Amino acid sequence: MSAALEIAGLHAWYGESHILHGVDMRVERGQVVTLLGRNGAGRTSTLRAILGLTGARKGSIRIGGVESIREPTYRIAHMGVGYCPEERGIFASLSCEENLLLPPMLRGATDAGMTLEEIYEMFPNLYERRHSPGTRLSGGEQQMLAVGRILRTGANLLLLDEISEGLAPVIVQALARMITALKQRGYTIVMVEQNFRFAAPLADHFYVMEHGRIVESFPAAELAGKHDTLATLLGV
Amino acid sequence: MTEIFGVPMQVLLGQLLLGLVNGSFYAVLSLGLAVIFGLLNIINFAHGALYMMGAFIAWMGLQYFGLSYWVMLFVAPVIVGLVGILIERLLLRHLYNLDHLYGLLLTFGLTLLIEGLFRSFYGVSGQPYATPKLLQGGINLGFMFLPIYRAWVVAASVVVCLATWFIIEKTRLGALLRAATENPKLVEAFGVNVPVLISLTFGFGVALAGFAGVLAAPVLQLSPLMGSNLIIVVFAVVVIGGMGSIMGSIVTGLGLGVIEGLTKVFWPPAANTVVFMIMVIVLLLRPSGLFGKET
Repeated sequence: MSAALEIAGLHAWYGESHILHGVDMRVERGQVVTLLGRNGAGRTSTLRAILGLTGARKGSIRIGGVESIREPTYRIAHMGVGYCPEERGIFASLSCEENLLLPPMLRGATDAGMTLEEIYEMFPNLYERRHSPGTRLSGGEQQMLAVGRILRTGANLLLLDEISEGLAPVIVQALARMITALKQRGYTIVMVEQNFRFAAPLADHFYVMEHGRIVESFPAAELAGKHDTLATLLGV
Repeated sequence: MTEIFGVPMQVLLGQLLLGLVNGSFYAVLSLGLAVIFGLLNIINFAHGALYMMGAFIAWMGLQYFGLSYWVMLFVAPVIVGLVGILIERLLLRHLYNLDHLYGLLLTFGLTLLIEGLFRSFYGVSGQPYATPKLLQGGINLGFMFLPIYRAWVVAASVVVCLATWFIIEKTRLGALLRAATENPKLVEAFGVNVPVLISLTFGFGVALAGFAGVLAAPVLQLSPLMGSNLIIVVFAVVVIGGMGSIMGSIVTGLGLGVIEGLTKVFWPPAANTVVFMIMVIVLLLRPSGLFGKET
């Protein structure tokens, strides 16, 4: 069976500036993979490049075995990709529930995704705030909304950018439980994380980026032996 | 006879109705401009020319093909909408990453082209368009005489404006449109074909102008310049109401039409400038417009 995501020799640009310099990575189905690295190392750009949200791209990005590098953004989404951007992207002119119902069902989805009821069960706060304008929600609620709305569409490859950033510890714990639950349901997840304590117990595999390249790659089992390398690479 | 401030009631109500008729055109046109500006960030100067095109297509339909007003009320906006989609696909698409000014200049050029084309065929003297039989004449309400066609223009415009408002604010398609107005890239990343959404939105916005043109055909003289005469006031309406606000452009359009009508009664010399005076005051006190969001 082909990998959920297979990236080979990916280069990407924003206008004139060359931001990714040959990224290689592979994410098996049902895995949780974390991209580590300093700010500006190219982690967010990698997620954006998968969806064609950067400028020009070169190389290969296979989603579920199908080449996507020449497809426009909206078609890539229909290959089963759900994207939660770092800035969350909650729409101010839409209510909480309108935000939740906004992403259309994806054509290439293997299963139908979660129902609205299941999402409200997972995030009861969203049910209580469903008629509020999206941006009136608290930071934590907005983050739940940003993740919740891509679970409905049948996307099975989730790209989550810094979902724990700037949130209270209680909410970060809730998000960690959510990731575990999603993994049990068979979702494949690629996370960009600054919060190492959040990511460490969740991920099956780690990639470390620097200067637009993958510089380290190791499974969770080897995490303990990598502390020194990570300390140097991440400056933590 | 009853008088208000020394003005006969009949005259006052007559001007009020005329004001509402003009206000209806302002509302439908500024609504289209607002919808287009919201999603495309394009200030569509060609809006007036496309309004004129709508009126002429209605006239041509009757003249050459014997198609009635009622048929053309639907067909003309569709044709204008298709012309709009062509303009968006072939020309505007290349300007989205540039300053507003380029869109304005391009659509200004298009205005000159479209108007020139119609001038070379039909000259500048007006063409008459008969009011459809069903809407001829008027009703004596006792306190005033109500020309049916004028009442129809106001009613049809209000219905179209409210329907547009409903679609944008209350439906799923409208939610997509509002979301794409805020962050088109993210909406595309959710799997929505945003380029097609943009084409359709532009087509719909200019179809509204075409619709206003058909409504105007029996009340105004059809002339290739009828759009230019109107569009400047409509831009003032948009500035006063605030760019991008749907309800704002409807309310402001109707309201300013009425104010203009009443000015004609009480101080005729100011009737043609009152809208611009209001624009200056609004710009000084609330630069983002009455209904616009403060930035």
